[in-house]
Amino acid sequence: MIKEYQTVREVFGPLVFVEGVDGAAYNEIVNITLPDGEKKMGQVLETRKGLAVIQVFGTTTGLDTKKTRVRFTGEMLRLPVSDEMLGRVFNGTGQPIDNGPPIVSSEKLEIIGAAINPVARAQPRDFIQTGISTIDATNTLVRGQKLPIFSTAGLPHNEMAVQIARQAAVRGSGEEFVVVFAAMGITHAEANFFMRNLEETGALQRSVMFLNLANDPSIERLVTPKLALTAAEYLAFEKGMQVLVILTDMTNYCDSLREISAARQEVPGRRGFPGYMYTDLASIYERAGVIQGRKGTVTQFPILTMPEEDITHPIPDLTGYITEGQIVLSRELHRKNIYPCVDVLPSLSRLMQLGIGDKRTRDDHSGVASQLYAGYAEGRDLRNLVAVVGEEALSERDKKFLAFADSFEKRFVNQGAYENRTIENSLELGWELLSALPEGELKRVKPEFIKKYGAKYRDGNAKGAAK
Amino acid sequence: MGKIAKVSGPLIVADEMRGSQINEVVKVGDAGLLGEIIALKGDTASIQVYEDTSGLKPDDAVKLSGAPLQVELGPGLLGTVFDGIQRPLNAVKAASGAFIKRGIEVPSLDRKKKWDFKPAVKKGDVVEGGDVLGTVQEYNITHRVLVPPKMAKGKVESIESGAFTVDDDIAVIGGVKVQMMQKWSVRVARPYKEKKPFTLPLVTGKRIIDTFFPVAKGGTSAIPGPFGSGKTVNQQDLAKYADAEIIVYIGCGERGNEMTEVLAEFPHLIDPSTGKPLMERTVLIANTSNMPVAAREASIYTGITIAEYFRDMGYSVALMADSTSRWAEALREISGRLEEMPGEEGYPAYLGRKLAEFYERGGRIACLGSQEREGAITVVGAVSPPGGDISEPVSQGTLRITKVFWCLDSSLSRRRHYPAINWLKSYSLYHDDLEDWFEKNVSADFPQQRKKAMELLQKEEELQNIVQLIGPDALPEKERLILEAAKMIREDFLQQNSFEETDCYTTPKKQYLMLKAILHYYDKAISALAADVPFESIVNAKEKEQISQLKRVPEKEIEAKVNGIIKSLDAALSR
Repeated sequence: MIKEYQTVREVFGPLVFVEGVDGAAYNEIVNITLPDGEKKMGQVLETRKGLAVIQVFGTTTGLDTKKTRVRFTGEMLRLPVSDEMLGRVFNGTGQPIDNGPPIVSSEKLEIIGAAINPVARAQPRDFIQTGISTIDATNTLVRGQKLPIFSTAGLPHNEMAVQIARQAAVRGSGEEFVVVFAAMGITHAEANFFMRNLEETGALQRSVMFLNLANDPSIERLVTPKLALTAAEYLAFEKGMQVLVILTDMTNYCDSLREISAARQEVPGRRGFPGYMYTDLASIYERAGVIQGRKGTVTQFPILTMPEEDITHPIPDLTGYITEGQIVLSRELHRKNIYPCVDVLPSLSRLMQLGIGDKRTRDDHSGVASQLYAGYAEGRDLRNLVAVVGEEALSERDKKFLAFADSFEKRFVNQGAYENRTIENSLELGWELLSALPEGELKRVKPEFIKKYGAKYRDGNAKGAAK
Repeated sequence: MGKIAKVSGPLIVADEMRGSQINEVVKVGDAGLLGEIIALKGDTASIQVYEDTSGLKPDDAVKLSGAPLQVELGPGLLGTVFDGIQRPLNAVKAASGAFIKRGIEVPSLDRKKKWDFKPAVKKGDVVEGGDVLGTVQEYNITHRVLVPPKMAKGKVESIESGAFTVDDDIAVIGGVKVQMMQKWSVRVARPYKEKKPFTLPLVTGKRIIDTFFPVAKGGTSAIPGPFGSGKTVNQQDLAKYADAEIIVYIGCGERGNEMTEVLAEFPHLIDPSTGKPLMERTVLIANTSNMPVAAREASIYTGITIAEYFRDMGYSVALMADSTSRWAEALREISGRLEEMPGEEGYPAYLGRKLAEFYERGGRIACLGSQEREGAITVVGAVSPPGGDISEPVSQGTLRITKVFWCLDSSLSRRRHYPAINWLKSYSLYHDDLEDWFEKNVSADFPQQRKKAMELLQKEEELQNIVQLIGPDALPEKERLILEAAKMIREDFLQQNSFEETDCYTTPKKQYLMLKAILHYYDKAISALAADVPFESIVNAKEKEQISQLKRVPEKEIEAKVNGIIKSLDAALSR
């Protein structure tokens, strides 16, 4: 039963309070008609006898307390889905903006996805080769994982995301990834960058875009990732596709969450963000994974910019607690002209161990990754020491570690935006760099692997390295 | 029956609720969503709903159940995965597919399965609450069916052996029919005779834990740490290798894929003490972060009540809660919606009390009943402090109660030093209680050796400050030996790889021998230095390499290997 009211009592920021309402349902969608005939959409945030609190998607400019009409639809927010969504561009609330026809489908899915039953999940363990050494070798991504990029303003996170979207492949499967792209509050230029790059490689035809740009209403952003993930889940779990979801920029999403919370005068948590932000973010990030018996998977690449480069800020902090690792970009490396400027030390992939090793990547993978980390960490520590005592004061051994840290950054981390390294390339490069360290220091790798892979790069075998 | 007056997230307020009780379970709306009354005021009740409340509206019906939130206890718990309110997730999957739909009602324990019940008492015996009535074999565990704790002393009027379902009558005691299944309110601790002192360690196979910061059976421990420092890996390792008979693992507000990992691994991993799959001694509670927040609040209580049930049978239970911060956040969210006056950082003022009540349900106890039996629950709680800063209320509230603190350190995890437990900031208050056990069961000088190693690590920290300023070469050679020895302790002893087959578990005996080899090197090196052996040949001794490989030496060869190293060191560094 559809009911319409003309009893707006109060308009406060993005919130509208409607009086005399009879039984509005929680989370129900409402259509608002402004005095000038313009239509807006909203959602019920709180309902009680005779009163409904509605959050309006879009600006509330023009709303009044006299003529504005509010229609309660009795429906939750739903997205019509079909595989014709591929190649299409939608706005932040799911309306087509590419001049194409609307999506006609009998299947309309509620955008608040139900949780995947943990016992129905399958372990994500298919190695995705992104062609980027710092991801493949040291922070391996697997299908069904959620791995955010922690960046800061001015770093090339978009370039990196595009490179991943372009190169990502499960080896030997021949399957291509479908990209679902959700933009929240990014600029036109950034959105164009993504579209142009995906178009160049032909990937746009296998992409679905949901764009809420910087000049679009901020409250709309709260539904954009949910729409994108509903589409992603449909394509993956109903249509059997391998889906890569890029969500950018989660920081803008969280800001909108804070805006609504402040308008509702809730008790704020850290830095004014609501206490339920963890739960809210989890309802987005947890919509990734692999389900037993279904062919498709959802892999997430959320991007967020850390305010003031502070990794303890609530947004990266809560994200890190939910996602399965993080790729951290560093301004220092960027300044050194290293691309992608991944700081491997704070970066992590929690599902790495599942996707690597014999028959998946290579038997020495785990040891090499761990050894590269340890060597680089030690070299970085020594840099601090050198700053105080000078390089001359270091022992021979320490000098080698110091040099290793430099070559690790310049050769291993650094690569071209179009350079697509295979995992073997990355691991061999690792062994080559490790050959500069004394063999006795390689405690993280099994001795038999040093013989099998590392020896050809070591002294006396220099010719083997020519390969 | 009441009516909804207001809906706001997981909290609803209902009218016409006079006659209902606090903590009473209700069913809300047409879908019959499960909820619990958490506040009453005159006619109105505030209810936390354990499922998504989308679509609920004012005037929808609220039905009272007359009972508080309860769990079902009986055969069939082991090897099962439940959600926060004890719905078995496999049954939920059978009913609703891969995604969890709302309003699904499934019994916690399988009503159809028959269990072979063997009586332990006979007709005419007098029994009281807590006595063993009989047994059921569940995997490798003897499931002791107990007389319900509140039952008065009475004569067994009849008891039968044979195959029964959990709700069949198996006995009549003092005129009351008794079934294998008991129901217990999750918010009430199950009774016991008395608490007992701690004397046994929970052996975990983790070197830094067993040697340096052991937890007693029945003790409590906290693992706070920032994200990525290895809380979950540590918790899972404990669940795999700790020498408890029963494991209750609560995934509270954590990742779905992590639960999948446990589910995928545990059935294949073999319990070293019984040779059976780990899953057969494990009960899992999985409330992932995107499952309803109120059920997350309940999950901790569901878990500990199940743990108490096995404790009452006389078992040593280890309960892992990952993570208590998510539980506290659920409390905060509900409290905020109730518009309660917030305490620190928005958490309710009763957070500390709730934490204390939870951890106090652990302990080593004498079980109820006329028979002598003791059980224990060791509680290990992970804490996820925002930004890794443990000055926040959940960490502080936890540390006030727990006796062991494993401090996870992100600077260690960044250099891939795992387990990333900081050896200078962590502590255990059980050393004195457990000294006896280690002296008797491992070696008389185990405590001395530990203290000596700790001193070296402490000394290293002080020396590092100097090294940072003037470089290591400026130190006297004696002090450089301390740095060498401390580095060996860190890299060759404390670092342990959970993913490598021999290294993932080290017995206390092997731990002792590994540390012994390192300390022996240090002693020999000091005396060699005094005897004018050149410094370079001391620090380049080839035995160091062998010591660093000890991790990968299997248990049965370790003694010979260490003796060999000691002998070889004696010869090499004698002059």
